[in-house]
Amino acid sequence: MGSEADTGIESPDGAANPIDTEYQIGQDNIQKEIGPFGLDVHNPVFLISGLAIVAFVFLTLAFQESVGPMFNDLRGWLTSTFDWFFLSVANVFVVLCLFLIVSPLGRVRLGGADATPDYSYAGWFAMLFAAGMGIGLMFYGVSEPISHFSSSIGGVAFGDDGMRTDWAPLGAAAGDADAAFDLGMAATIFHWGLHPWAIYATVALALALFSFNKGLPLTIRSIFYPIFGERVWGWTGHIIDILAVFATLFGLATSLGFGAEQANAGLEYLFGIPVSDGSKVVLIVAITGVALVSVLAGLDAGVKRLSEINMVLAAILLLFVVLVGPTMDIITGFFTSLVSYVEYLPALSNPVGREDANFSQGWTSFYWAWWISWSPFVGMFIARVSRGRTVREFITCVLIIPSLVCVLWMTAFGGTAVHMVSEGVSAIAEAGLPIKLFTMLDQLPMQAITSFVGIVLVIVFFVTSSDSGSLVIDTITAGGKVDAPVPQRVFWCTFEGLVAIALLLGGGLGSLQAMAVSTGFPFAIVLLFACYSIIQGLRSEPKAVGAGSEATND
Amino acid sequence: MYQKMLVPVDLAHVDKLEKVIQTATDLAKHYKAEISILGVSTNTPSSVAHSPKEFEQKLDAFAKELASKHGVSTKAVAHISHDPAVDLSKELVAKADELGVDVIVMASHVPGVADHIFSSHGGYVASHSELSVFLVR
Repeated sequence: MGSEADTGIESPDGAANPIDTEYQIGQDNIQKEIGPFGLDVHNPVFLISGLAIVAFVFLTLAFQESVGPMFNDLRGWLTSTFDWFFLSVANVFVVLCLFLIVSPLGRVRLGGADATPDYSYAGWFAMLFAAGMGIGLMFYGVSEPISHFSSSIGGVAFGDDGMRTDWAPLGAAAGDADAAFDLGMAATIFHWGLHPWAIYATVALALALFSFNKGLPLTIRSIFYPIFGERVWGWTGHIIDILAVFATLFGLATSLGFGAEQANAGLEYLFGIPVSDGSKVVLIVAITGVALVSVLAGLDAGVKRLSEINMVLAAILLLFVVLVGPTMDIITGFFTSLVSYVEYLPALSNPVGREDANFSQGWTSFYWAWWISWSPFVGMFIARVSRGRTVREFITCVLIIPSLVCVLWMTAFGGTAVHMVSEGVSAIAEAGLPIKLFTMLDQLPMQAITSFVGIVLVIVFFVTSSDSGSLVIDTITAGGKVDAPVPQRVFWCTFEGLVAIALLLGGGLGSLQAMAVSTGFPFAIVLLFACYSIIQGLRSEPKAVGAGSEATND
Repeated sequence: MYQKMLVPVDLAHVDKLEKVIQTATDLAKHYKAEISILGVSTNTPSSVAHSPKEFEQKLDAFAKELASKHGVSTKAVAHISHDPAVDLSKELVAKADELGVDVIVMASHVPGVADHIFSSHGGYVASHSELSVFLVR
């Protein structure tokens, strides 16, 4: 390392093996002063993605009749025709991650052998959860176990053409409540456990590796340097980055739009606030407003603090349900669900020869496409806060621990709700998706307080998605610079809110969400290449275990 | 009157630092003060450096060159910020206290230091630090 220091060539903390490229970060950026606003954006990624997003929104609004069904058909076609592909790709990610935990490559430290972690476990974990799936857990934690339980206990049904018409996973469990419960929990955990987190972990690991160890800019294109070489700085890279901005912005805007509908339904149930376009727009404006404050407060004082607050609130709510609900059932349920997850995992993740097409295409394949389309955003955010961890530590904390937390959450909320339903509380099964959580909390004491905590959690999870999303889009459109002027973040954050409002009022939320999910397909292919890049990148890194240890270049 | 001087610099815009360096070194020579050259960078690769370590090396080289060129004593202080676009001004003030300096000499309106609308960094430091602040415009 000494000789490198003399020549002024970079060396990350301790031993690492940076990629040698002529590319200067920010070399393609436009830096300008427009009035009082400073501007530092990547040309052409910023302009093209910005203009194309506006164009897409207008076209969707103008041609709703034809565009909506088209995107929905496209999504349906992709998730049913390529179900085997989505399922296989997700399996590859899980296997890759599990392999990296046990392989010697797991000893590589992100940021170089002597790098130290930026964030404590608590702050780090809170942020990756808030960005990863916080909001989904609020909505699907109660509803999905009930859906799978009901369809499983309903048994297998065939249509006239001999195709299965039921939505039950695998071979269902007609009439057997215990077996249906196990199968339902296994299917739910399957969708929220190892697979989604493996998708996020793969993208995040690739980004962190190529940015912190290899010295490339923090944008999606850098992952593909081992494959495309210097071409990633040209149009090949522009297209990858633009696609990532697209998926992130439409994913955020549509979930903000749907989230406003769901939060509105919750508020109506709790406080009688009417469901109307007016209240939804107010909600979007309010969520965007809080997100703006958080964006202006910066990463540490904004996103991190909000994520930690939410983590504590969610933990309190979880603890409350565990203690006040059927405590022993939940504790034993945690283990039995885990066992049935492991038991059904091979069958559920099998990509070919499935007989439960409705389930594997309509649920699993759709979920996988959805997680994959979110992965550039979540992966990039996780990468940014993960410097200083070893690969083994990183994957354990991004894959194993969140999966276990999901199992606990699903057992506590979903399992309890399923027990209530089978004991005859039909209100939960009949309630709409957004208010299932609240109808369940109604069955427990202190529902006024817990429901209020629930709605606060929903809204703050939206805020953290919105502001971390703005940080990510801003970084990609600034060519990997994380210190671009703050007004750019304000722009993206506001833009998200405006796109959401336009789609909400003009219709088209569904069709653009279908489009966002459709971007999961090209990304799935792209991410397979990323797996190759990760292995290549890690193999060229010197291995070391701890700070200060003597790194060997073996 | 002054023993320790803090001079924040932006290595991405070294060409625009001439005036502030001249001012700082003249003052330092007059008062026989030691100059702490403060550079702020991120953990992610930037146009200046690919890693915090490389940034430290570059800042060190910059400080040494200054010392030999102007005949003053300098010390390089690299600071890594999680989110400099927002936190920079606050961190400059905190760093000045931490280092125990008695005067800050800094440029205002150098891009990268002052092109954020919300306040110029120099303006923020002048109004929030208890120390004497010399803004070079």
